[in-house]
Amino acid sequence: MAAKANAGVLHIEDDKFRYTLREMKRSSGLYLMMTPFFILFAIFTFVPVVMSLPIGFTNFNMVQAPHFIGLNNFYALFLEDEVFLKAVQNTLIFAVVTGPISYILCFLLAWLINEMPGALKTVFTFIFYAPSLTGNIFTTWQLIFSGDTYGIANAYLMNLGITKGAIQWLTDANYIFGVVIVVQLWMSLGAGFLSLRAGLQGIPRDRYEAAAVEGVKNRMQELLMVTVPAMGPQMLFAAVMQIVASFTAGDVGRTLTAFPSTDYAAHTIMTHAFDYGTIRYEMGYASAICFVLFGVMLIANWGIKKLLGRYLD
Amino acid sequence: MRVRKSRKKYGGSRGGDIAIFILLLLVGLFELFPIYLSVIQSIKPSQELFLFPPKMYVIAPTGQNFVDLLNTASNMWVPFSRYIFNSMLVAVVVTVCQIFFCSFAAYALSKGKFPGQKALNKTIEVALLFTSSVMFIMQYMVMATLGFIDTYLAITLPYIASPMGLFLMRQFMGQIPDAIIEAAKLDGAGHFRTCWQVVMPNVKPAIMTLMIFAFQGAWQVTGYSFIYSEELKPLPTVMANISSAGIARAGVAAASAVVTMIPPIVIFLICQSNVMETMAQSGLKD
Repeated sequence: MAAKANAGVLHIEDDKFRYTLREMKRSSGLYLMMTPFFILFAIFTFVPVVMSLPIGFTNFNMVQAPHFIGLNNFYALFLEDEVFLKAVQNTLIFAVVTGPISYILCFLLAWLINEMPGALKTVFTFIFYAPSLTGNIFTTWQLIFSGDTYGIANAYLMNLGITKGAIQWLTDANYIFGVVIVVQLWMSLGAGFLSLRAGLQGIPRDRYEAAAVEGVKNRMQELLMVTVPAMGPQMLFAAVMQIVASFTAGDVGRTLTAFPSTDYAAHTIMTHAFDYGTIRYEMGYASAICFVLFGVMLIANWGIKKLLGRYLD
Repeated sequence: MRVRKSRKKYGGSRGGDIAIFILLLLVGLFELFPIYLSVIQSIKPSQELFLFPPKMYVIAPTGQNFVDLLNTASNMWVPFSRYIFNSMLVAVVVTVCQIFFCSFAAYALSKGKFPGQKALNKTIEVALLFTSSVMFIMQYMVMATLGFIDTYLAITLPYIASPMGLFLMRQFMGQIPDAIIEAAKLDGAGHFRTCWQVVMPNVKPAIMTLMIFAFQGAWQVTGYSFIYSEELKPLPTVMANISSAGIARAGVAAASAVVTMIPPIVIFLICQSNVMETMAQSGLKD
């Protein structure tokens, strides 16, 4: 920085400014190339994230102009809205359970696939990625966990004599959370998984040769001494992908169980925002909810980078 | 730049290989089961759909559910083909625009040098967190302000500027030697021509990978609460409507699920050999 080297010398600061302007002019072609992407990015990602705080300070129903009410929405959220507290609790439990499990699954499965011969690698990668690829197919789980005797789970459990009557998987508050976790884990092998698969495939062979010379004998040692240290960047990318997936889970619960679910058992911050934003049109309140979610995700992201950074660098 | 297909193992035994194979097979069956289930349900005649306990195979396969799907869906307000057209339109526009916009921006961010570059690079890495599923409510407000609600714009524009698309493209372009770009510049090519004629032909694997992610994402767009007019709704909304009719429509619902999952699978199978090459560059450095 110029300020560091020549603090207080005004004309140098001025030169620096003019230099920047000249550089910007010289790069006008590059700016032009970025324009289409960044205009859409600004409208659909940047503005929505940044505006969630100011709109969260208002009462806004999309018809009348927003009306400033200070911190009232946030007070209401944390002090009065019991459903929100339940949603926060669910989201955190959900993130703490599915986040690490799905992350470990992504890594373990990617690693195990990499131990297989060539053609099998391709086949297994396709099979494991298929649920992410087909997306909306998770509604098929409705068939498996249907509450009547036509539900696959019920039919088989009853036929084998394990349960007596049909279990209401999707409406009994005792089962809802478990079912949603199973479905979420089922579809958790997404872009993060592909990134890890590719990273493993790209580790240079001579690292393994060198390790073998130094006395690394079995798979476990190979994994810990050679593979993991070479995979830092991919592991970080996969962690970010799993954070997003586990904090924004909501669609699965909302689609499979009734909305709102019994005792709000599958209610997450996302479903709560969905409720206020698209059903009640209390946009100020919905924005406040989104702002809390964005904050939690940024903190989780920062925490994961600190945690992984310590072990990987 | 080809990724090596196989490598001789140093650690590990034959027995271990077999154990791993069996484990992967079990997980694979779990992953495939719901997909297999939709496929067999879709070709079961109605009497087989209501057997107890439900059979995991089909005795007399039939195409009737697919015929019924066309009829039921066409008895709704708009013909079934209209939903397919809507989804195809969204998927193609999003995929094509995403590939071009991400490539141009990625070229500038990875090969250019300009004031503000660091800040933009950092922004993109943080923005990986904010996918359209998180932004949904806030995007609704923005689009209502701009008057996009209930137009095709509402189900295409938000999905084009994907931070993940730009990120993957930037990582991949970073691997291209600067010498190639210098050579193009000496020949008098500007930034745009360098990107178009020199860089983009060299990042085909990344383009194919983006194609999978973009298509798959856009194909799943439901347009829920962004679109009210029936004739503008994409395919997944029909699927959801039929599934919500419950057990009576089980066969037809399965048929609609099967129809919906075919296009992304086809795209993946066409592009899959390129995915590993691109994702190898996906690493995030802190």
